[in-house]
Amino acid sequence: MKTFVCIKYVPDTSEADVNLNEDGTGVDTSRFSFDINEADNYAVEEAVRIKENHGGSVTVNSIGPQDSEVTIRMALAKGGDNAIRVEDSRIYEYDPLSIAKVLAASIKDQEYDLVMTGCVANDDGNMSVGVALAEELGVPHAAMVKQVEVQDGKVKAHRELEGGLMEVVELSLPCVLTIQTGINEPRYAPIKGIRQAKKKELKVMSLDDLGLPADQVDESASKIKLNQLYIPQVEAKAEFIEGEDAEEKATKLAEVLKKGGLV
Amino acid sequence: MGDVFVVIEHRQGEIRDVNWEMLNLASQVASDFGGEVVSVLLGSGVDDIADQLAGASSKVLYVDDPVLENFNADIYQKNLSALIDEHKPTIVMIGHTAQGVDVAPALAVEKDLPYLTDVIELRGEGGKPVAVRQYYQGKVNAEFSFADADTYILTIREAALEPIEPAQKGSVEKVEAPAKEEAEHRKFVEYVEAEIGDVDITQSEMLIGVGRGVREDKNMPMIEELAQVFEADLCGSRAAVDAGWLPHDRQVGTSGKSVKPKLYFAVGISGAFQHLAGIKGAKTVVAVNKDPNAPIFAEADYGIVDDLFKVVPKLVEELKEE
Repeated sequence: MKTFVCIKYVPDTSEADVNLNEDGTGVDTSRFSFDINEADNYAVEEAVRIKENHGGSVTVNSIGPQDSEVTIRMALAKGGDNAIRVEDSRIYEYDPLSIAKVLAASIKDQEYDLVMTGCVANDDGNMSVGVALAEELGVPHAAMVKQVEVQDGKVKAHRELEGGLMEVVELSLPCVLTIQTGINEPRYAPIKGIRQAKKKELKVMSLDDLGLPADQVDESASKIKLNQLYIPQVEAKAEFIEGEDAEEKATKLAEVLKKGGLV
Repeated sequence: MGDVFVVIEHRQGEIRDVNWEMLNLASQVASDFGGEVVSVLLGSGVDDIADQLAGASSKVLYVDDPVLENFNADIYQKNLSALIDEHKPTIVMIGHTAQGVDVAPALAVEKDLPYLTDVIELRGEGGKPVAVRQYYQGKVNAEFSFADADTYILTIREAALEPIEPAQKGSVEKVEAPAKEEAEHRKFVEYVEAEIGDVDITQSEMLIGVGRGVREDKNMPMIEELAQVFEADLCGSRAAVDAGWLPHDRQVGTSGKSVKPKLYFAVGISGAFQHLAGIKGAKTVVAVNKDPNAPIFAEADYGIVDDLFKVVPKLVEELKEE
C-alpha cells in the first residue's frame, strides 16, 4: 500500500483568547502554539499502522510555512517515509476547494493506493478538503472514518454517523478516507525515529514546482470572498459565581446547588 | 431560478432534525432570492417522508428509487448534480453533518460552484447570498460573499437554528431518478448500531460531563468522587472519549448522545457546538472552566471561571459534609 497522508499545521486556540489583527483581515496568531491538527494525527497513525501490517510506504503531505517542518518531521519520526511541503503565499487558504486542488496537484502524478487526512481541521472546521480532494483525483471516498480494514484491492471503512451509529462502506482502491478522531491511539514518536526523521526526504514545493497555475487557487480564483472577520458576542446566559478564590466560589456554588435541590 | 433547495437527510425511515432547521432558514431567506423553498428528497419508499416535508416546504421534489435505499455519497452526488442542472436552484442547502460533508464538497468540485461550509447565518443581497461561518471553534465569525453563479452550495450547521413549525401544504412532485446505476467504486454494506453500555446516559437524572480540561486519566478519580456526591453518572465530550477516559457510549453531542438530565455539571468542557447540541435538553447546566469566553457559558445556568482542580475538590468537601 502506497499511502499519502495530508496533515495541517494549526494553532491551538482551545484555551487562548483569539484577537484579530489590526485591520481585521486576519487573526493574530503570533502568540499561539502550533501543532499537527488533531484528526490528522490520527490519520498519520492509521497510515503507519497500515504500512506496518500490509507493507508499502507513507508520504506526508502538507501545505504550510517553514515552521511546520517540525510537525512534518514528527510524522516522519512515527513512520512516514518522505514528505512534501507546499508553500506558496498565493494559495487562498479560506477556500477548502483551493486547498484540495493544491493537494491533488502534489499527489496526482504519483503512484498511490490510499490517501488519508483528518475529517476536520480544528481551526476552520470545513470538513471538506479530503472529499474535495477525492473528486479532484477522480477516486472514491468515505468521510469521517473510524475503522479501516484493508482487503484485496479495496478497503472497508466504518463511517461514524450521529448517535454512535456506523455506516460500513466498501471502496475500491485507490481512494480517499477522511479520518475521525478516536480511530486509534496515536503513538508518541520514538527517539530513534526522531533521529532517523532528520535524514528523510522533505521536498519543498511552490505552485510553480507543482505545475499548478496560481490563478486556479489564489484569491481571484476562489468563488468565496471573505468580507470581514469579527469576534462574536457570546451571550453568557450563566450566572457567574464570584468569590475571592476558587475555594470560595466552590463553597458558594455548593450553597446554590443545595438551595436548588440539585444535590 | 431563485429557489432554495434543502437536501433532506433521512436514515432508517426517520427525518433528521437538521432538515427542520434548514427549512426554517430557507423559509426566512427564500424571498431574498425570489424563489420558493423546495425540499429535495432522495430515497426508496419515502412517500410518507415526502408528505411530512410538504408541511414545511412550498414544494417537495422527490426521487424514489431502490438504488437510493441507503445513503451512498456517489449516487447522491450524481442525482443531485442532475437535479441542479435541471432546476437551477439559487441555493442548495446541505446539512453540515456526517452525511452532508460526505457529498457536498465533491458536488461543489464537480459542478465548479461556490461552496461555503458550516453556515450559521444567511441572507440574500441583490439575489446573491451573504453568509456567516466560524473559525477557531466559535471564537471568530467570518462573513463571506460570493462570486456570481447560478447556484451556491452551502452546508448548514446543525442544532444552531430553531426548527420550523410545519404549517403549510406544499406540493409534492415525484420524479424519475436521474441516475439509477449502482456506484461502481463505493458500496453500502450495512449499518452497525452503537454498543449498549452499562449505563444509558440518555436516561440519567444527574450527569457529570468531562472535557479536555481534565487533562489526564489520572485526574479522573477526582471527577468520580464528584459524581459520587451528586449520585451522578459520568459522561463527556468527544475529547474525553478519544483520550480513553470514558467509554464511547458516554459521549455527549452530535456524534454521541443527546441527554436530558435534571443537572448537567460540565467540568473542563469548553463547549464545542457539537457538544452543546447534545445538552440542550438538560434542565440545569453548571460549568467550571477557566476560560470566561468558553461557549459552554452561553448554555450554562451557573458558571465558575476558575481552576477546576481547585474548585472540584472543595465542592466535594462542602457537599460531603452534609
